[in-house]
Amino acid sequence: MSTWIDVCHIDDLQPDSGVCALVQGRQVAIFYLPRLHAVYAIGNYDPFSEANVLSRGMVGDLAGQPMLASPMYKQHFNLQTGICFEDANVSVPAYPARIENDRVAIQMPE
Amino acid sequence: MNTKQTLVVIGNGMVGQHFLAKLVETAAKDQFHIVTFCEEPRAAYDRVHLSEYFTGKTAEDLSLVESGFFEQHGIEIHLGDRAASIDRQQKQVTSAKGVVIGYDKLVLATGSYPFVPPVPGHDRAQCLVYRTIEDLEAIKAAAEKSKIGTVVGGGLLGLEAAKALTDLGLETHVVEFAPRLMAVQLDDGGGAMLRQKIQALGVKVHLNKNTSLIDDGAHCLHKMNFADGEVLETDLILFSAGIRPRDDIARASGLEVGPRGGIVIDNQCKTSDPDIYAIGECALWNGQIFGLVAPGYSMARTVAADLTGTEASFTGADMSTKLKLMGVDVASIGDAHARTQGALVYTYQNGSSEIYKRLVVSQNKKQLLGAVLVGDASGYGTLLQYCLNGIELPENPDSLILPQRHDESVGLGPDALPASAQICSCHDVSKGQVCGAIEAGCTTMGQLKAETKAATGCGGCAALLKSVLDCELIKLGVEVSTDICEHFPHTRQDLYNLIMVEQIKTFDELLDKHGRGLGCEVCKQAVGSILASYWNDYILEKPHIGLQDTNDTYLANMQKDGTYSVVPRVTGGEITPDGLIALGQVAKKYGLYTKITGGQRVDLFGARVEQLPLIWQELIEAGFESGHAYGKSLRTVKSCVGSTWCRFGVDDSVGLAIELENRYKGLRAPHKIKFAVSGCTRECAEAQGKDIGVIATENGWNLYVCGNGGMKPRHADLFATNLDKATLIKYIDRVLIFYVRTAARLQRTSVWMENMEGGLDYLKAVILEDRLGLAAELEQQMQHVIDTYQCEWKTTLQDAQKLKRFRHFVNSDQADDNVVFVEERGQIRPANAEERKHFKLIEEAA
Repeated sequence: MSTWIDVCHIDDLQPDSGVCALVQGRQVAIFYLPRLHAVYAIGNYDPFSEANVLSRGMVGDLAGQPMLASPMYKQHFNLQTGICFEDANVSVPAYPARIENDRVAIQMPE
Repeated sequence: MNTKQTLVVIGNGMVGQHFLAKLVETAAKDQFHIVTFCEEPRAAYDRVHLSEYFTGKTAEDLSLVESGFFEQHGIEIHLGDRAASIDRQQKQVTSAKGVVIGYDKLVLATGSYPFVPPVPGHDRAQCLVYRTIEDLEAIKAAAEKSKIGTVVGGGLLGLEAAKALTDLGLETHVVEFAPRLMAVQLDDGGGAMLRQKIQALGVKVHLNKNTSLIDDGAHCLHKMNFADGEVLETDLILFSAGIRPRDDIARASGLEVGPRGGIVIDNQCKTSDPDIYAIGECALWNGQIFGLVAPGYSMARTVAADLTGTEASFTGADMSTKLKLMGVDVASIGDAHARTQGALVYTYQNGSSEIYKRLVVSQNKKQLLGAVLVGDASGYGTLLQYCLNGIELPENPDSLILPQRHDESVGLGPDALPASAQICSCHDVSKGQVCGAIEAGCTTMGQLKAETKAATGCGGCAALLKSVLDCELIKLGVEVSTDICEHFPHTRQDLYNLIMVEQIKTFDELLDKHGRGLGCEVCKQAVGSILASYWNDYILEKPHIGLQDTNDTYLANMQKDGTYSVVPRVTGGEITPDGLIALGQVAKKYGLYTKITGGQRVDLFGARVEQLPLIWQELIEAGFESGHAYGKSLRTVKSCVGSTWCRFGVDDSVGLAIELENRYKGLRAPHKIKFAVSGCTRECAEAQGKDIGVIATENGWNLYVCGNGGMKPRHADLFATNLDKATLIKYIDRVLIFYVRTAARLQRTSVWMENMEGGLDYLKAVILEDRLGLAAELEQQMQHVIDTYQCEWKTTLQDAQKLKRFRHFVNSDQADDNVVFVEERGQIRPANAEERKHFKLIEEAA
């Protein structure tokens, strides 16, 4: 069972937008959606453009699924699963994330 | 071995050129070696829009020949050489310069010449005609020495010529022999209304005047003496009293000509010699000369078909016309004079709005025979279709010309038109062809125009084309959703109106009231742009930040490797040496790649997110401000050096460009907006390829709108001429805000214009004549945007909270190790995948 890794304070997040954190050497994009009282974490690396940019994309939903649009070529990724809406064969890592006592924490596979 | 036959075409005017263009589309181009003689020094140009030569268009603008056309199709053109004689026995043509060409087939497209009444004194100096560009040059030269100009002839061409004289700044008179203007097309009532409207524009109209002598004037160069004893003094006389077919070469070679001139042709446009055709204004068909371009084009198509063995015939042409004369809508359809036996007439006259409409219907009130419209020609398309297709009239035909009440619809539904009905007469596009294109996948006006060419000539059929499109899409069951995305059942324009009417200030408020879900990058960006256009708040305020694309969020342009480029504003492209040095120093310090942009500024590439505030701190200290290259907003106002330095410049284009750029900088719009200002008609700033283009003339500024370069170039439309600066700015204010309010998401002005119902005329009505009563409001909104301008970088640098955003990691000061540069031509560039792998290996080894 993975443990929760403390990443940052909630004030470091951007409501309805993303930030990037360095967690155990990996770039993680973290998104805060106040309307859902939810925080999501996925890999920051965009497999389509091969650049570390996903934290700078725009968030919202597609057919009720929370999503992120890549800022580079606008592919959409499911924030819960990391799977690309346009091509289900492509995905980015998705990490469990939570806010507790104003601290943001995520889990990473061992 | 050369088995090709030789085809000689005499005359390269509008019809001659249309014939060549049609011919090379067919198999005939492999069958014939084509030779053409053109008496004028330049190949075919648009005589229909000749008067635009005085409002800024150049001879090149008016050209009808695509560059490289003759070379590409192997057509031998003899420019500036007139065909002088035809030897029908030897089957050869001899030119004025002595060139002799043998022919197998010959096409005469010699056109017509202006008729000059043989009044004593008609050949005095400054007595001119109006047909060629050389004529226009002579008119322009004469106008410089004149105060008063007079056109002899109040027909269609005469009134065009009168417009040209007013454009040249002359006090203008029109002298007409008949008791009304446009005697051929209009009845007395229509002619009187037209006269009233034209006089109101400052042109003096003299009817029933027969000029008997032109001699020396007391105050002016000439005195025109009329048969009724009156006189008129004028410095310049333009004869526009009708045309005569140029049949001299045909006559001399023994071809049959009509008793009053014109080369006699049959339904295949063949003359009395079966190897010789005649087309256009030189040809006489069924005792009739056709002085309009459309029938000439129709003849050209007939001959092109006949030469390739395709059955085709010319069986007369509809002479209905719709045009704008000095801003006045005039249209005439069919039997406007009610000459048909038993014809009945309905007339509607509205003195206060200066509108006149007349319908001519058959005795049984079932068929429309003709119509006259002055002041409002919006019903032209519908009426023409009734007339041409013999569609049965409604029970009360007068409902077609009476003002429409809200609960009635009297327009002819496109469903009532047969497939053969001609929608576009300029390009001969039928309703059947339009429907075919729609079935093949065209769903927008833009696509339909590109596919069929319909509505790309005079544009008069655009409204009809749009109604056919809408009707067919419904029939095909294509539900054209205009919703912006799944989160709002509205168009961008609807959202704009909701925000404006309900004074909504944030996306969340709009979503709560009118949307569903969380939104997405489509609706968020659109709403972010609307809020910015309307309220002009700082775009990185908390409620707005999530609505911005990455470029707007970081106030820079993301490049392929996730780094950004930085573009400071360089207004009008003018920059001091110190400014250039400062840019160079910043670029050097941060190791940025530098390139000059197409918009006359400098782009600095390769900045990491965390470097952006540092770079901007230095740029702002050096006096620069944000260039908004990252926004869907005003980009640049390009300029030439203008009259300040240029030998040819007639006004200060740099000064105006700087003023305009400072005025509109920061304005957010559905898409980016580019301007240019040229200091003379040489147009070095390429203003006619911009959203807003301004060109200096000796009499003020000419305004062009809705041009584009890039993927789908569009030549801008001439919108208003000879404006003073205050008026120019007023019009630009209105156009821009109207665009911001009504365009679709990410729609450039060029596409906005292509899809606008009513097109250029409608936009002119809204902006120049204030038809919607919006002008003051549009100007006010622009003033608000101008008053609330801020340099977004300056604001950002003053806010520590905002600056937190500019770091790669929220929990570390490290940089992104995936950003790797290599050197090329003395500067950095992003490493490619191969190179990055190589660097990684080296790093790991170390």
